[in-house]
Amino acid sequence: MNWFPNDVARRARAAGNFAAAVMLFLMVAFFRTQIMRHKQWVFQSEGNRLREVPIPAPRGTIYDRNGKIIAENVVGYTVSVLASSEDSLRGTLNRLASTVPLSSIQLDRAMQRYRQSPSIPTLIFSDASFNVVSVLEEHRVDFPSLMILTGPRRHYLNGPAVQPFVGYTGEISEEELAQSQFAGYRAGQIIGKGGLEKEYDAVLQGREGSRFVEVDARGRVVREQDTQARLPLQAESLQTNIDLDLQLFVARLFGDSLVGGAVAMDPNTGAVLALYSAPSYDPNEFIGGVSFAYYDKLLNDPNRPLYNKALQGLYPPGSTWKLATAILGLQEEVITTESRMPQQCTGYYYFGDRAWRCWEKAGHGSLTLTGAIAKSCDVYFYQLGLKLGLSRLVAGGAKLGFNRKSDIDLPEEKRSIYPDRLQYFNDKYGERGWTNGGPALNMAIGQGDNAQTIVNMARFYTALATDGSSAKPEIVRAQPQRTRIMNLRPDQLADLRTAMVGVVSAGGTAASAALTGVTLAGKTGSAQTSSISGGKGKECDHAWFVGFAPVESPKIVVSVLLECGGHGYVAARIASAIIGKYLGITPVALLQTEGNE
Amino acid sequence: MRYRGAVSMDWPLVVSALLLSMYGIAIVYSAGQTDIPTYVERVWRLQVLWFALGLGGAWAISRVSLRMLEWIAVPLYAVTILVLFYLLFFGRGAGTAESSKSWLMIGGVKLGQPSELAKITVVLLLGKLLAASKAPPKSLLDVWRPALVVGVPWLLIMGQPDLGTAIVFIGILFAMLFWSGISWKLLVLLASPIVSLVLGGVTQLWGSWFLLLLALVIWYKPFPWEGAIFVAANLATGLIAPLLWDRLRPYQQARLKTFLDPSLDPRRSGYHVIQSQVAIGSGGWFGKGYTDGTQKRLAFLPAQHTDFVFSVVGEELGFIGVTLALGLFLFLFLRVIRVAERANGTFSSMVAFGLLASWFVHVLVNVGMTLNLMPITGIPLPFFSYGGSFMLSSWLAIGLLVRIAHEGRGSRHAPGLA
Repeated sequence: MNWFPNDVARRARAAGNFAAAVMLFLMVAFFRTQIMRHKQWVFQSEGNRLREVPIPAPRGTIYDRNGKIIAENVVGYTVSVLASSEDSLRGTLNRLASTVPLSSIQLDRAMQRYRQSPSIPTLIFSDASFNVVSVLEEHRVDFPSLMILTGPRRHYLNGPAVQPFVGYTGEISEEELAQSQFAGYRAGQIIGKGGLEKEYDAVLQGREGSRFVEVDARGRVVREQDTQARLPLQAESLQTNIDLDLQLFVARLFGDSLVGGAVAMDPNTGAVLALYSAPSYDPNEFIGGVSFAYYDKLLNDPNRPLYNKALQGLYPPGSTWKLATAILGLQEEVITTESRMPQQCTGYYYFGDRAWRCWEKAGHGSLTLTGAIAKSCDVYFYQLGLKLGLSRLVAGGAKLGFNRKSDIDLPEEKRSIYPDRLQYFNDKYGERGWTNGGPALNMAIGQGDNAQTIVNMARFYTALATDGSSAKPEIVRAQPQRTRIMNLRPDQLADLRTAMVGVVSAGGTAASAALTGVTLAGKTGSAQTSSISGGKGKECDHAWFVGFAPVESPKIVVSVLLECGGHGYVAARIASAIIGKYLGITPVALLQTEGNE
Repeated sequence: MRYRGAVSMDWPLVVSALLLSMYGIAIVYSAGQTDIPTYVERVWRLQVLWFALGLGGAWAISRVSLRMLEWIAVPLYAVTILVLFYLLFFGRGAGTAESSKSWLMIGGVKLGQPSELAKITVVLLLGKLLAASKAPPKSLLDVWRPALVVGVPWLLIMGQPDLGTAIVFIGILFAMLFWSGISWKLLVLLASPIVSLVLGGVTQLWGSWFLLLLALVIWYKPFPWEGAIFVAANLATGLIAPLLWDRLRPYQQARLKTFLDPSLDPRRSGYHVIQSQVAIGSGGWFGKGYTDGTQKRLAFLPAQHTDFVFSVVGEELGFIGVTLALGLFLFLFLRVIRVAERANGTFSSMVAFGLLASWFVHVLVNVGMTLNLMPITGIPLPFFSYGGSFMLSSWLAIGLLVRIAHEGRGSRHAPGLA
């Protein structure tokens, strides 16, 4: 041991300096962390303890034209978990599953939601039943990170009756989150999933609020932070043109047995008064996630309730389209309303190498245009179609809007099927293979390559009901948009309307649909599913009726289709009941002889 | 100037230790103040009890003459080795180190962690050994005995396993060799295999170090066989480092890896040190206020009353509180160096410096760990961390130092009242 005092003093100095240097080094390190990087660490510390809890905004209320409520909000419960990690969430969910029913699908969804936004509470039940909530409240102590919150829940007072146009709401899906139109939406947010709810989602959303809760390391909520809370804003309500009483009436008319759809419009403004598709389903079942059993039931129903007949159903318009052929004939000055065709109707029209049937085997004899419309004589329109020629039928039909959507403000609407140009027939029958006239004959009576939606037929008849301008169907109040689609003189239009009055008068094809005190005009039709239509696979005739009243100054246009409804007059009775209800008149079920179409 | 039975008091030393203990107890109390109370809420009372026991122990040990201590150093050491050996088979874990065997348990009662007291007995025996030789160690031959004195308990503690405490023993060995007046070049050569071991993972680093070492060997000119041993030892440790790495337990590997990059595993191994940095960093100049640290209150800060007690100081009392604590530690260290310098015997001087080394390594590693400057080794902070054995052994050390100061040459203090 070296123990000379000088050496010891030297080593003591060295040791002291070393100790001082190390302490100084530590202090510098603390200075860097605490003073120079203070802000960064404070930010992390706040992020650690404060969790944002979104407060969903109540969706806008949807009203009918008379201020009656179509869609509103009621109080519902949501159950969420504040998870600190995926593992802890999985653990909580597994324990939760032994307390309340929790399907593996719900479990996977919750894990997905956590991965999408781990910082906010992870939604487990977006609409928990009172039972689940009370069980969970009982086990509160076992699940400290559980949050049971009340929030607005969408409710449709007349669910199945309004579903065809109102749609329903649901949680935004992963695919939707990826779409640009949902930029700014967060996982777990409730959005419109169909109908008005989807079309006007941006209007109905409102502004989501948020508050902060302070949590500890295990995700337990320690206290609320009220100072930074931002209250949600309810969205503006949505005023629609729907007449809820009429809508309910339509739904009742269809009842449980009829399959099909109906659209009622004001021909002057385009306002959609009612839009129904039967069978319907209860959109309330979809709020907070539809049960597998219910969805399965809908999916396997042969009448396809998930398929909106009024907007998505494409049916050959049949004889309801004969008015279009008539308009084109008048417009092209091929005929006048008093013109008769060279061959009178004997029940058959011989053309090419075959006989083309008229629905009336006995034949109609010689008819004017007006008579041919009232009796729906096929032989008359075969000849008119030939006079017009296929190219004029194609171009004219397109001008009348048969190759487009009606442009109703609902997302489900399908585009009608109608040839855009002659090339379509070249492709189908070979170069000029159609010149034998067959396609022209078919097109003239609304068969062939022609399939229309119920709503698009309603739009077309608004032009007939008024001055030749069709009105864009609108569920939500907006400026009426009317487009002139035909060039007929007022007297020609009046003649056509008179012909349509004949349809629902004694001797017409739908005489039993007449109303007392008001003159109804319209046209029946029956469509064979064997052609293009999105029919149900089995062959049967769909019944059409499109009409309006009162004929002097129409206030309502109704378009009705009954799948496998057979004769057009069945549809006509439904339509006349709708019109009668709207105009406040009871229909007379006249026992008059009527045609079979 | 001396009265029979009265021991003069090195007041600055005792007061700084008292202030550190009271500061520490206040922080342990605060550590228990969490939003959702745990058992930690009550431990401050136990800490006060251990503090009182420590004061009593210090008083008692300050009455014992150093000759007596020098005499019983060998039997104490023997007992220590026996107890540590016993622990290898019957030791128990506790708290965050549940799987280790550092606790002595007899009759179902946890008595304490003998490795804390082992630090003192090793310091005593090492002091006796180094004081016995007339000259400081000149070669490897002179070093093997001190190395053995530290090596045996070191191996036994590594076997518990308690890496942190084992590091303290190495610190004690090197510090006491330094204080004995060993040539610094020999000290570097002695330390070189350890450096090789640490750098062994990275070939380039180790290669550079090895070249430096060769230069030092040529300059220092030790005995040829000695130089050969140093070179061979460096080669060996450098080569086995990767193998040794594989033999480390997964949690040890994880700790070392996350030391290099805490963000590697922010949820598990890196969690502790990140939360500690968040707590300290968010404290700022003056802290969030005593007992009001949010990281601590909301339980984000792990082991807030033991390993990471200093993070509570940083969060609640800010840079000012940190500076105060580190300043008190530095004052204590300088005072102990003074005691060692003025001790009237080589044994007592060596012991004083050994005790200093123990505290110093504890403070450096523990405080460094809270800022990720040191790997997490679970080593407590003297006078702060909750723990009976360490509080007791620290105050026994203070008692020893009071005695050394009392007997020391040039002690010009008024006689104490104790």
